[in-house]
Amino acid sequence: MKILKDSFIQRRKFLKGLMAGAAVALAPLTDSEASKFSFEEYFQKHFMEMTKEEKEKVLKRLADEYKQTYGKEFTVKATEAIPDVSFGYALNLSKCIGCRKCVTACVKENNLSRRPQIQYIRVLRLPKGSMDLEKSEHYYEADLVPEPNYYYMPVQCQQCRKAPCVKVCPIKATWHEKDGLVVIDYNWCIGCKYCMSACPYFGRRFNRGVTQIPKDEINTNVHYLGNRPRPRNVVEKCTFCIQRSREGKYPACVEACPVGARKFGNLLDPNSEIRQIIDKMRVFRLKEDLNNDGRFFYFFHN
Amino acid sequence: MKKILLLITIMIMLSSWAHATKEKLFPVPYPPFSNKDIFPCMNCHEGLDRNKKVRQLKEMHQDIKIEHHGDRWCYDCHDERNMDRLRLANGEQVKFQESYRLCGQCHGNVYEQWKIGIHGKRTGYWNGEKQYLLCVHCHDPHTPRFKSMKPDPAPIRPDAHKVKNKKH
Repeated sequence: MKILKDSFIQRRKFLKGLMAGAAVALAPLTDSEASKFSFEEYFQKHFMEMTKEEKEKVLKRLADEYKQTYGKEFTVKATEAIPDVSFGYALNLSKCIGCRKCVTACVKENNLSRRPQIQYIRVLRLPKGSMDLEKSEHYYEADLVPEPNYYYMPVQCQQCRKAPCVKVCPIKATWHEKDGLVVIDYNWCIGCKYCMSACPYFGRRFNRGVTQIPKDEINTNVHYLGNRPRPRNVVEKCTFCIQRSREGKYPACVEACPVGARKFGNLLDPNSEIRQIIDKMRVFRLKEDLNNDGRFFYFFHN
Repeated sequence: MKKILLLITIMIMLSSWAHATKEKLFPVPYPPFSNKDIFPCMNCHEGLDRNKKVRQLKEMHQDIKIEHHGDRWCYDCHDERNMDRLRLANGEQVKFQESYRLCGQCHGNVYEQWKIGIHGKRTGYWNGEKQYLLCVHCHDPHTPRFKSMKPDPAPIRPDAHKVKNKKH
């Protein structure tokens, strides 16, 4: 009998503890002032499973949230892929001078964290005559570029068709869009970083800190799958500036390149710049032997 | 007889007109003159003698250095009759806004690739209106080599704080 009573008391204790635990766990949901962790956010569906109305609701919620945090009106969009468009990118290695203007433009356009520093584009400096990536250096400092005896190879997400990052994601937080862009639902990502390990190009970045952006530099024209201010502890990546490219504009890096080494367009349009390059130039893809079938081409041409 | 002559002249005129407009025009921004008041050139050059001798300029345009495929002089490209225009090898006058046709005479390869968007910078819309640039927006026609520039700062090393401590 004593044993029974003990176990009964223990069970009561346990239940009590459970209640208290639940209260603690639910605390952020009730006290929305203290934390931005809202009920809607917690129970938000996967982006691909949301109906149009649900998406609009989420976009509105995010716009309100950003206004509260940054004190500015945001346009949060979820523009869908343009039909019959498959994006492709080409980079002329003979022209690139390694000035990193693309990096700066990308950071500004995509609201990338300044500190801790996140950059989607890495400009590798390689000795002329070598394609050995182990000899590359991306922390190079120079008074003037191009430096003699070096050439430069910017690397960013290659938007692979057989993307290893998409394959390894345990919760399908990252996927291929119809126009070929590999995107992440930042609200679905759990930050396990499997995708970062899988990517052979170091195309993904982990947002470990609270994103710090100077208020006057923030870009308020944002896309849900692109440059909206990211939550902490999720993975983020280049989307060929989805907020621009889906409206017909060139990505920010293309517009910033002073030498016109960066080319972007629709692979399905035979007259587009990207198709002209693939048809007429000798192009290659980085680490093609991995068979990732990327959308990012490099070529040499004066 | 007169009618036939008229017909022939009309045909000749039409064919020459067709030839002249064969070159497609590209929308380009205003040419990058060294300063905004320098054009039209004829404001000063009206009434000045055209001196074809290669020499060091002393009174005007001293800043212009010519480093462009060996010995060149102004009138290789600028029209001596009308300094507000450039001159093609066939004597045709072209505006500064169409200077790509002049450059294309020698750099035909690049010109062809510029037209289809392989060479040169394009901004605007990948599926719509594009902003082209003239050759001379990036390559100073007198010294065409692309100018070196200062790169934007390098990324911060993840171990930057450790490196700093080591120095002390």
